[in-house]
Amino acid sequence: MAEVEETQLPGVGVRHDFVTSDGERIGVLAHRTGRRELLVYDTTDPDSCRNVVRLDADDTHTLAELLGTSHVSERLAELQQHIEGLTIDWLPVERASACAGSSLREAALRSQTGVSIVAIVRGEETIAAPGGDVVLQPGDTLVAVGTPEGIKELFRLLHQG
Amino acid sequence: MPVAVAAAEVAPVLVELGLVVLALAVLARVADRLGLSPIPFYLVAGLATGPGGLVALDLSPELVDIGSEIGVVLLLLALGLEYSSEELGANLRVGLPAGAFDALANALPGVAFGLVLGWDPRAAILLGGVTYISSSGVISKVLRDLDRLGNRETPSVLSILVMEDLAMAVYLPVVAVLLAGGSVAAGLVSVTAALAAVAAVLFVALRHGTTVSRVVLSRSDEALLLGVLGITLVVAGVAAQLQVSAAVGAFLVGIALGGAAQERASLLVSPLRDLFAATFFLFFGLRIDPGDLVPVAALAGALAVVTAGTKVATGWWAAKRAGIARPGRIRAGTALIARGEFSIVIAGLGVGAGIEAQLGPLAAAYVLLLAVAGPIVTRFADRLAALPPMAGARRPT
Repeated sequence: MAEVEETQLPGVGVRHDFVTSDGERIGVLAHRTGRRELLVYDTTDPDSCRNVVRLDADDTHTLAELLGTSHVSERLAELQQHIEGLTIDWLPVERASACAGSSLREAALRSQTGVSIVAIVRGEETIAAPGGDVVLQPGDTLVAVGTPEGIKELFRLLHQG
Repeated sequence: MPVAVAAAEVAPVLVELGLVVLALAVLARVADRLGLSPIPFYLVAGLATGPGGLVALDLSPELVDIGSEIGVVLLLLALGLEYSSEELGANLRVGLPAGAFDALANALPGVAFGLVLGWDPRAAILLGGVTYISSSGVISKVLRDLDRLGNRETPSVLSILVMEDLAMAVYLPVVAVLLAGGSVAAGLVSVTAALAAVAAVLFVALRHGTTVSRVVLSRSDEALLLGVLGITLVVAGVAAQLQVSAAVGAFLVGIALGGAAQERASLLVSPLRDLFAATFFLFFGLRIDPGDLVPVAALAGALAVVTAGTKVATGWWAAKRAGIARPGRIRAGTALIARGEFSIVIAGLGVGAGIEAQLGPLAAAYVLLLAVAGPIVTRFADRLAALPPMAGARRPT
């Protein structure tokens, strides 16, 4: 992400601006009243604005929505892999694993690894937020959330005894 | 019947006041249509309807007195509320050099003019205040209208306005005490007392602004507004008792409020501010005979030209320090030319104390000139910047 510069404007509000990858400086001025101004800076006189678009609260939401959607879906893909030190992973339960045949409570995966099992995928069926009584079967896929180390440890447990 | 008598007395006052407010409404509309600040229009309206004006309105003297007193108290509360104590504190650290340049370059010409004219030194100090302070009201309107709030030179302009606001917190009480008169020794004591009081207010505002805010803060807008107005009137009254002007007390209340209370109160008060300002300018104009403007017109013109130049130099220098290029420096400098509400308030202190007969008319003529000329000149700032650099002769070295 580009580096965003913040400038306090006493009595008015706050301005954020940055240089786009195309080399244009654009910004948003947030008034204390909630109004916004979209700023496009001039290229020949970089201290002034070539274009100023005044937006009320409603316009701001509309514009944010329009700009936001594609951004959000792009980010979702990344999120599945990484949320600030958290990892989500899909781990199969191997036949050789000591966990196979025991309930989630007995396997005590969370207390051993710190990883939460958020769902179990069994064939066509998905058990969301499985309770402690659910018995793990060979061939299940566990959807696990935890630290990268915890996930590694869980992977080991699900592979062997 | 007492009730009927009271009603009979009140009725003409209400009609008078209503007609005056309607006239202001028409003027505000005209000013808006022309894209100008309404301040000069209100002043002219006051001049035209006062003694010696085109139509001498027969307003009761009590109405004029009370009207201008309440107008100035509420106007100064609104001016004090304009910036939060956090903004004042943050700006104090970075804006000091530009603020000092501004004060010296613009107050000294005014003081010098007063002294050359052979005025009482206190009147000269007041004239210095009149020429020093830019009009944050006119300037923020101009910046908004010209879509310059997002410009990169604008923080330099706003920073100067904030420093002027802070400077007023010191200047106004000291001047008010000086005007109260007395011997030199008594004057020194009261100036020291005033400075101590201001230091205490500023300390509370800058360090404990959020605590003060919490005391008056309420979820209900009415409760907040009434609380702030109540405190303001009480402090203003106490200040008036202590011979410091009521307006100064109100200004310090506005300055001392910080945090969420300031933020919400300033939004609540801002539409009222224009109303207070309108009444204040009108009543200030009412007290001045337009005939008195003629002899001081040339003087006001000269003072306006000199101090417009010094303001341009101030803005140029401040913007240059912020790394702004030539066109932006000219925009910043010309934006600062406009004088307005504070200049009139300062002159009003002198008029109230009756120290120099020429001060009121001179300040009125001066503000009329610069409140109109400032916004017009800055509109053409970019064309000035397009001229060859030779034309920037006012540039300080």
